[in-house]
Amino acid sequence: MGFPHAIHAREEAVLSRYFGDSDALSLDGWKKRGGYKALEMALGMEPAAIVNVLKDSGLRGRGGAGFPTGLKWSFMKPGDGKPHYLCCNADESEPGTFKDREIMRWTPHALIEGCAIGSYAIGAETCYIYIRGEFSEPLRAVGNALREAYDAGVLGTNAMGTGKTVNIYIHKGAGAYICGEETALMNSIEGRRGNPRIKPPFPAVAGLFGQPTTINNVETLAAVPQILVNGAEWYKKFCLSNPKSTGTKLFSVCGNIAKPGNYEVVLGFPFKEFLYDMCGGPLPGRKFKAIVPGGASVPIQTPEEAEATLMDYEGFVAQGSMLGSGGVIVFDDRQCMVKLIGRFARFFAHESCAQCTQCREGTAWVTRILERIEAGGGTMQDLDTLLDLSENMTGKTICVLSDSCAAPIVSGIKKFRHEFEAHITGKRCPLRTAAA
Amino acid sequence: MTPPGGEIGSAHSPAHAAHGAAGHAHEESYRPVLVGTVRDELDQILKRYPTRMAALLPALWLLQDARGWVSEHSMAEVAQVLDLTPAYVKGVVTFYTMYHQHPVGRYFVQVCTTSPCMACGAEETVAALLRHTGCGELGTTSPDGKFTVIEVECLGACGFATPVMINEEFVESVTPDKVPTILAQLR
Repeated sequence: MGFPHAIHAREEAVLSRYFGDSDALSLDGWKKRGGYKALEMALGMEPAAIVNVLKDSGLRGRGGAGFPTGLKWSFMKPGDGKPHYLCCNADESEPGTFKDREIMRWTPHALIEGCAIGSYAIGAETCYIYIRGEFSEPLRAVGNALREAYDAGVLGTNAMGTGKTVNIYIHKGAGAYICGEETALMNSIEGRRGNPRIKPPFPAVAGLFGQPTTINNVETLAAVPQILVNGAEWYKKFCLSNPKSTGTKLFSVCGNIAKPGNYEVVLGFPFKEFLYDMCGGPLPGRKFKAIVPGGASVPIQTPEEAEATLMDYEGFVAQGSMLGSGGVIVFDDRQCMVKLIGRFARFFAHESCAQCTQCREGTAWVTRILERIEAGGGTMQDLDTLLDLSENMTGKTICVLSDSCAAPIVSGIKKFRHEFEAHITGKRCPLRTAAA
Repeated sequence: MTPPGGEIGSAHSPAHAAHGAAGHAHEESYRPVLVGTVRDELDQILKRYPTRMAALLPALWLLQDARGWVSEHSMAEVAQVLDLTPAYVKGVVTFYTMYHQHPVGRYFVQVCTTSPCMACGAEETVAALLRHTGCGELGTTSPDGKFTVIEVECLGACGFATPVMINEEFVESVTPDKVPTILAQLR
């Protein structure tokens, strides 16, 4: 549903069906809504069979990269004699994204069930749900749900009376965007600074505590019980565009738009109808200027590009951006692109872990330049410097934080160059002048 | 909204940093946190992990919950309990923004100002909070010791701009006109 708004007729509420329904929070309430049937079913299956269902469903990671979930699970080799781990990435910090927050605060048992099934499927007896420290409500909701699940014997050393061990623990973060990067997250669980690790080795070979590890996003794992109960064919039918993008996806919508909130649509939904029909379009008397469709790390779209987009992994790429985390940020004609892009850059400069020079120095440097241009002290050469720095920040570091900082800058200068030039030639923000 | 107890409101001003004279006075009076029931809680947490180091973030949360901030002495205490060095613990504490390295106001107010919230007027919300709390500027504590206001990067509630976190509580859709009422409920 378009939480906090009523469900829209064209939404497909698989994950969001019970958002806002506080009766769904408890174990009993969740069971009344069909909960834990999938786990019961899973514990009676061969792990490989579960992985195959996921492979057939076409489910791809909902955290940003879009890697096929079943394939990721199949990298975990059974019988290698090593402890396996599942990590659930609930460090949702990508600006514009707030879908995992709703999943956890309204349907914590959906996540726990998904984590339990995932753990069993990859041969892990322990799963850590890494929740960002600022998420006090989700921490409470998932914490309460876990206590209930342990008390009822759903989890533990005799999960659902099957004799199998499934332990799930919350690991509370402490304020670091970078811990949403999978190897940084593992370091953070181990009690280290959240520095990303060089890959290879990939987590499936040597991840958490040096052992084979799988890491999945909240939304990915919350979809697993539904897929298992209803079957891969059922899930695959949620497809409006191309067979590489199946299922439903939660999109968080924020910024200058009539009805911000979370909306769940089938992948391939037309972005134009999504923005103007479902989300109510621009605020009265305004028009859209720029859309960042997948969280702060993806290239900015013009309204024309956005209106031509089909909302799936390939569709956003075809129109100059990426699906990313599904965080749709909308800016209208009152907004100064130089200021907003400068603020994104400041975000990345603040969140850089400072391991790699290109990122540590680059994010801070581009921020200073952007803020100078916004204040009216920029030169035309600054634009070349920004593009040159951005090139050196892309594809050259351990993780993609620095690439993410460069993406809105490069696309911003390409698509809104006139606004940058107006700041430089007029020596002030043209929008601020108009308002004054 | 429960204010953190313990060291807050003790001899030195909440606005003080954890060094200099105030830090010294603190040294003489330091009472360990990881004892009794808190230690029992930590021992339970340790069972979840194959290494002692992995309990570092949870242990630091226990310390901060008890004292309101993480002092150098608290770092030394946790280092000893988890078989780490104080320098290592400090390296971790300084990496994560949510561990306070100095005392803060009774109500710690975090306002999101990242681009999506900025586009929805977060700067005006910050100005209203600074004015009505008496903090005046970001990062300082109000003269009555009650409030510290900071800007924070994305709180993950962008559809409810501007989200403000006061201690452990999330307040959604805060606009400047709502600020006096929100603060009045705390006083």
